[in-house]
Amino acid sequence: MNPLTKRKIQNKVALSLSTLAAAIGLFWLFFILWDVFRHGMSFITLDLFTKDPVPPGFEGGGLRNAFVGQILITLVAMVIGIPIGVLGGTFLSEYGRHSKLGRFVSTLSDIMVSTPSIVIGTFVYAIMVKPIGHFNGWAGGMALAIIMIPVVIRTTEDMMSLVPWSLREAAFALGAPYYKVITQVVYRGAATGIFTGILLSIARVGGETAPLLFTSFNNSFFTTNLNDSTPSLTVTIFQYAMGPYDDWHGMAWAAALVITAAILLVTIAGRLLIKWRYRS
Amino acid sequence: MPPPGFSMFRGINMANQKVKDYKDKIFRATTFFAAMMVLAVIVGIFLSLAHQSLPAIQKFGFFRFISTPTWDPVHEVFGAASSLYGTIVTTVLAMAIAIPVSIGIAIFITEMCPGFLKGAMGTAIELLAAIPSIIYGMWGLFTLAPIMGDTVEPFLQHTIGKVPYLGSLFSGTPLGIDILTASTILSIMIIPFIASIARDTFNLTPQVLRESAYAIGATRWEVIRNVVMPYSKSGIFGGIVIAMGRALGETMAVAFVLGNKHQIARSLLDASSTITVTLANEFTEADSDMYMASLFYLALILFAMSFLTLAAAKFILKERAKS
Repeated sequence: MNPLTKRKIQNKVALSLSTLAAAIGLFWLFFILWDVFRHGMSFITLDLFTKDPVPPGFEGGGLRNAFVGQILITLVAMVIGIPIGVLGGTFLSEYGRHSKLGRFVSTLSDIMVSTPSIVIGTFVYAIMVKPIGHFNGWAGGMALAIIMIPVVIRTTEDMMSLVPWSLREAAFALGAPYYKVITQVVYRGAATGIFTGILLSIARVGGETAPLLFTSFNNSFFTTNLNDSTPSLTVTIFQYAMGPYDDWHGMAWAAALVITAAILLVTIAGRLLIKWRYRS
Repeated sequence: MPPPGFSMFRGINMANQKVKDYKDKIFRATTFFAAMMVLAVIVGIFLSLAHQSLPAIQKFGFFRFISTPTWDPVHEVFGAASSLYGTIVTTVLAMAIAIPVSIGIAIFITEMCPGFLKGAMGTAIELLAAIPSIIYGMWGLFTLAPIMGDTVEPFLQHTIGKVPYLGSLFSGTPLGIDILTASTILSIMIIPFIASIARDTFNLTPQVLRESAYAIGATRWEVIRNVVMPYSKSGIFGGIVIAMGRALGETMAVAFVLGNKHQIARSLLDASSTITVTLANEFTEADSDMYMASLFYLALILFAMSFLTLAAAKFILKERAKS
């Protein structure tokens, strides 16, 4: 075969395979999303949000308890995770940006972002469930906060580093101390970015299941008492999907649809926000 | 750039200088402690997991624990070999499926995709990483497992299954709840990690290099193969290692479709268990202290494995950034 023809054929084959790979990636995305939508849509009713679960075999019921529990646990995670994350990110990008310790913690945060979430569940079990003696919602919130902190720290650090140094210097020249420069100049410049990082971290922990299994556990009753085991959407999906009843499977699909839609919307909104803010 | 020095202000004797210094110190200390929480949590995880697993460490040791395939809660004989085996096999298989697909995706986005589609295509692939793992698991159980069990696995048995030696990988009854299905789901989940890092490193290849290769008559594939790929080697490798760290610790996506069976399965169509699946299924049911300690021991091993893997990935990517 003519070497040129051979090279051209090789080229065509390789590029077609790459296109195929891209098609495979898109295929999985749309297959999964469509499947969740198709199964979940028929079980989305008003009852799902306003009624509590009924024992298997009975008609009706909803997942109000799981929605409320999920929101409570996430709120606890936010109250702990956001301040620590934003302040920690501030240290890494400002006071500690040239120090070895600062670089080290920044790298550790990157590693923590990918640490298996189930390990964090076992850790919180050891410090907050075992000593108390029973599962509780606070522990679930704590586990999610531990997952949230490194995400917020790293995005805050990156977004604050994007604020030009000349802005800080202008403020220093006016005689402002560093903390004033940070709170009144750098935070303002990086606000959209930090906010987006927080949004994305909420989306990240909203879908976590593994760290809740041994911390907040599950509860088939409505409760706002976080001292007790607290239901969450994700653990409920796990329990219902693994269970034997068709009603449960339907409910699990509906909850899956709600959670997927919420997380994808927040994720896409966050990306658009960043794009809009940092368009050159 | 010069570090903004406070010494500049020290000389000027302003009335409220001391108050400002004091406030700045407080703010600085607060941010410092917040940042140190990350360090504290990591040290805390290592210490508390080690403390909790102490009885199991003392009874089984390290090498005996990781080489014993028995997991027998009734007689309190615990070994990590079967779970470790499942973790490693599903991870390796998932990587084998995901690496070529991800690199293909990165090539398509950087070298072939028309400009207006680049952003949308990249976002679509990254959305795969935003879907919660429990959704992957549930979808795997209700949708993918039946397809695998009814169609894909019988097909594989009738084709590759007939090849000597290789065929034994596909022996047994295809049920869909097995290593192959779990690895397939895992591979979908890690595609975005490899693809987005590969895409970013491909984009870093200087345009001049590509153009010189085109100028001497190289085809597009030859440019990718001989210019872009060698230039991005270490970046892609770092991405692969990060994805591996993710795959090791993935729980919910595999918990649904792996079957939680403690055995060293020879066939890819057998049920198995990973460290994460064992933890997810048995942690709340552990009724004896030794059982509990052994589960904590598993968690400790998993944490160490993923920590070292991710640290290695960070190191590779950092070295690359330096050069």
